[in-house]
Amino acid sequence: MSYLVLDKLTVRFRRETVFEGLSLAAERGETIAVFGPSGAGKTVLLRLIAGVFDPEAGDVRLDGRSLLHLPPEARDVGMAFQNFALYPHLDAFRNIASPLKAQGLGAEEVRRRVQAVAELLKIDHVLSHLPKALSNGQKQRTSLARSLVREPKLLLLDDPLRNVDAKLRYEMRLELPRILKQAGVTVLYVTQDYKEAMALGDRVAVLTGGGVTQLDTPARIYSDPVSSEVARLFGDPTINLLPARPAAAGAGAAVEIAGGRFPLPGLPSAALGRDCLIGIRPEHIRVAMERREGALPAELDAVTPLNVRSVLLLKTGDGGELLASCPEREAARFPRGHRAVWIDIEAAQLLVFDAESGARLGGAAP
Amino acid sequence: MRQETRGARLIRGLLLGLVGLFFLFPIFWVLLMSFQTNQDILRSPPSLVFSPTLENYVALISGRLETQAGTLEIKFMGNLLNSLILSVSSVLLSLVLGIPAAYAFARYKFRLGEDIAFTILSFRFAPPLLVLVPLLTYFQWLGLYNTYFGLIWVYQLITLPLILWITRGYFEDVSEDIEHAHRIDGHGWLKTFLKIAVPLAGPGIAAAALLAFIFAWNNFVFALILASADKQPVTVGALAFVTASGIQYGQIAAALILSIIPTLIFAILAQRYLVEGLSLGAVKG
Repeated sequence: MSYLVLDKLTVRFRRETVFEGLSLAAERGETIAVFGPSGAGKTVLLRLIAGVFDPEAGDVRLDGRSLLHLPPEARDVGMAFQNFALYPHLDAFRNIASPLKAQGLGAEEVRRRVQAVAELLKIDHVLSHLPKALSNGQKQRTSLARSLVREPKLLLLDDPLRNVDAKLRYEMRLELPRILKQAGVTVLYVTQDYKEAMALGDRVAVLTGGGVTQLDTPARIYSDPVSSEVARLFGDPTINLLPARPAAAGAGAAVEIAGGRFPLPGLPSAALGRDCLIGIRPEHIRVAMERREGALPAELDAVTPLNVRSVLLLKTGDGGELLASCPEREAARFPRGHRAVWIDIEAAQLLVFDAESGARLGGAAP
Repeated sequence: MRQETRGARLIRGLLLGLVGLFFLFPIFWVLLMSFQTNQDILRSPPSLVFSPTLENYVALISGRLETQAGTLEIKFMGNLLNSLILSVSSVLLSLVLGIPAAYAFARYKFRLGEDIAFTILSFRFAPPLLVLVPLLTYFQWLGLYNTYFGLIWVYQLITLPLILWITRGYFEDVSEDIEHAHRIDGHGWLKTFLKIAVPLAGPGIAAAALLAFIFAWNNFVFALILASADKQPVTVGALAFVTASGIQYGQIAAALILSIIPTLIFAILAQRYLVEGLSLGAVKG
């Protein structure tokens, strides 16, 4: 059995259902990034595991033991709050020492361990400061240090990089995985930034519509999303979703989009004749100024340089709009302004979703 | 800092002086009176020039009041001590009872919670005289008449609602996340209450205690009705200066000055804790 098991959790506030029958399992030492749009119940989920309130139904098991009916202090979880929640009347040292004091450790042991975690997080020079004298980045690290210091069975991080500036967020995104691996702790990391989820999670749990829609590695969430919603949440620029109706073609199926016809081998027959959304990642569209064999005519409306990749806004032969992206160097070939171009869409990368439910029907590599 | 012209500074100083004079003049006048004999005080027109005397204070402290009709025993120092006992004990009891109650009202939703809190506040709605007569009957029946215990109990009507309602607001301002964080750290709820909630609501508790102390100190009717001379506070004790041979203004003034001192000391001590802003910077706003 998995180390952490969330079993069919249901939470309602008055009449509003936050989630219903939510299940999730994490292995020991694993970092799960819980990603979802705001209001999806990510914070509620962490608080529930921490024991701040109880679910209406379901169970939370950690290391084979149910946590429900245990008060927060008996659950052996650490939590870093989005708003830091430092004790304003205690200096950084005593903030970080709080979980160790609760365990009744001796002063020397407390000092040694606080010092160690403070050095790891590079805040050992501000340990004597009160929270109000700390910068946001230092507060965030103090809060993180407090949750890490006693090496809890489970670490809950509630969007800890939300309230720090962009540069620090970027640094911490690189640094945190190392720190978490070094601590060897099991982590649920809540974020509403998909890049952060991708950077930090060994696996990503996508929380939408009151449950975990998909739990998978970052790469597979991106290449193999279970629904158009998940596909849309991951990726910047966002995926192109084009309405189309796949038709039978020979042994397989084909779909007409962007003024071209694309084979969809292996599409389940249930998808034939249905209203579908065809997903195309912008990087799977190759744009060229000159015509090649099989390329489709399009018009280029705008180029947005993103420094690494450029985003191209296209108008296809059938009047639809498409986003494409290409490496910055290649973008130099497209002069500014509206002009005719030729595009290749990688048919093998197309994703097929049900237009109504958004559920994935087929396409792309399994 | 904004540069101020000399004129603006002058006008501001003048206005501040006027306001200060307006509020402090009565106290200043009473202070002068306390060093004057009754004859000086009653002289018309009043004069700032007089030969100061300590005889008012001597009379109060020695407990012997010399009047034209003879020597009168007064128990002013006893009254002062009673005031201290009653006010300090009432506030302490109200803090012990009120702080946990205020915390409960602020943090937990329970059946009839709001109704109970409102009932406690409503103690302050009714004019005390309305309840005093039946209360006196009960007190005599229960043997609580003219006891410190009985008076302190009744003083809860004054101090408890104040402390409960003021500190409740401060507890509500303490971020729940900070308390949750402390619980998750592994501390039980009682420790979280004592180590986190109470210190963070500290300024509010100090303000409430000071206010309750002043209200208790200034109370008059409860002790007038529910106690006799040996348990009465200064407010009631001052009545003794209205004697058969006239009103002893000098002693009243001296008594007033003496009775202000404890409140003043308490206010200065509490001021340290009234400083707000401790909770600033704890959570991202």
